[in-house]
Amino acid sequence: MDDNDEDDIVLSELSDEELVPQMFDDLYDGLKEEIEEGVRILLDRGWVPYRVLTEALVGGMTIVGNDFRDGILFVPEVLLAANAMKGGMSILKPLLAETGAPRMGKMVIGTVKGDIHDIGKNLVSMMMEGAGFEIVDLGINNPVENFLEALVREDADILGMSALLTTTMPYMKVVIDSLIEKGMREDYIVLVGGAPLNEEFGRAIGADAYCRDAAVAVDTAKTFIERKHNLLAAV
Amino acid sequence: MHSPVLSDMLRSRDWILADGATGTNLFNMGLAAGEAPELWNDSSPERIRRLYRDAVDAGSDLFLTNSFGSNAARLKLHDAQSRARELSRMAAELGREIADAAGRRVVVAGSMGPTGEIMAPMGELTHSEAVEIFHEQAEGLKAGGADVLWVETISAPEELKAAAEAAAKVEMPWCCTMSFDTAGRTMMGVTPADMARLVDRLPYGPHAFGANCGVGASDLLRTILGIATHDPSRPLIAKGNAGIPKYVDGKIHYDGTPDLMAEYAVLARDCGASIIGGCCGTMPEHISRMRAALENRPSAGSPELERIAEILGPFSSPGDGMDTPARERSTRRRRRR
Repeated sequence: MDDNDEDDIVLSELSDEELVPQMFDDLYDGLKEEIEEGVRILLDRGWVPYRVLTEALVGGMTIVGNDFRDGILFVPEVLLAANAMKGGMSILKPLLAETGAPRMGKMVIGTVKGDIHDIGKNLVSMMMEGAGFEIVDLGINNPVENFLEALVREDADILGMSALLTTTMPYMKVVIDSLIEKGMREDYIVLVGGAPLNEEFGRAIGADAYCRDAAVAVDTAKTFIERKHNLLAAV
Repeated sequence: MHSPVLSDMLRSRDWILADGATGTNLFNMGLAAGEAPELWNDSSPERIRRLYRDAVDAGSDLFLTNSFGSNAARLKLHDAQSRARELSRMAAELGREIADAAGRRVVVAGSMGPTGEIMAPMGELTHSEAVEIFHEQAEGLKAGGADVLWVETISAPEELKAAAEAAAKVEMPWCCTMSFDTAGRTMMGVTPADMARLVDRLPYGPHAFGANCGVGASDLLRTILGIATHDPSRPLIAKGNAGIPKYVDGKIHYDGTPDLMAEYAVLARDCGASIIGGCCGTMPEHISRMRAALENRPSAGSPELERIAEILGPFSSPGDGMDTPARERSTRRRRRR
């Protein structure tokens, strides 16, 4: 780090136009306290919670996500950024509920039966939350009933399944086949991920998409949710 | 110090053939998904003997023990966290038995996989906790008669350092490999050059180091080439997957044939690796073909990347992770408080 480029910055002295890009960079650097302070300042200036979320936090996390996708950032930096985002979200969450802000979408996520590896799933959860989605995390080792029950109970939009083991990957198809059997498949967007998977596999088991990493999962979820809204609008 | 069988072997030979997959082989013997394979060291020792014996019979000079996940952090998921030392010891004892009966020198390498936890400050696991987890496993492997500790599939530099410290505590020779599966880097962003530097700075350095698992054989060799340019002083390890997993008729199948893995073994040697084996999907028939190829095919010199892709298939990412672009910043960087 070059000392000449550094400066003491007083967030409250920045205009809105300066503060938001500064928050993007603070998110990028994983500075939790600074993000919390930035969120409070914007709220004090009369921003509605939903605007703080979408313009400051989601905007910043989009940059983090893109750089993760492009191999500029890696897991440690993303975890720090997500942690900073969480700090901001803990202030916004109760306010968003009060003000009845629009929903981005809700995702039920878990690793499938037999699979106990959850670092990838946790990353996806964090990045999805960072993008404004609601997450219902079922944890590890989920049988098909867990997924189906949670989708209905939570009125979810998206099902996310993760598997790290080549032996547990086929179980994703069991879950999707059960959705088809019960006539529920069309109600949900099904995204799958995990290190040994690939697009071909995603297609073969009948998922809507395979997501190579957490950033791609966010992009894909956004695209599908938009498409769903457009379809509803067209009806 | 335990018997220096590995360093002797490395001095007297150009290459050492390691083993193939542990998981894939055990699943073929009926291991259920989600079951901890290490429990079989106790409940089905005959299957573990068979796993080791198959590797030795196929021509492996070194095989890994069935102890990848026998650390307290992983076993906790099966409510068996108190059995880390015991299951590790059993894995090594069974290995010792098979190696001693092999009729030739075979190295028993005590496998130590990652904890599966994210280390502080990003995650919860502290350095001293990680050292203790690895130390317990290493003590078991030592007590069971492993010749060398084999730390593998690591992503985080912090975790590698903790494992190194555990190896020092038990005064065992050790080897380590990381898994480079994210556009040429490990999940935690470590480049091949980073790993070479990291290993160089360890106070208790490994006998050999390199890469395992990751994304297929081509990528793995690109990583080996990357490491070789930065640290040619220590023996290098290449343990790549038998191709890419494909979904065929309800089952997962790795698309790397025995012939392809034979090509991979020869290329790995020509890239500068001296301990060569397979990872996921690599079965005994792959290993025996790899042995024959290493014995019969002369070195053709270090291959170009184009040649690797031509023979083993395309790379999964355009770069090797070492020339990553940086983001231009819109604001000033702030002083840390």
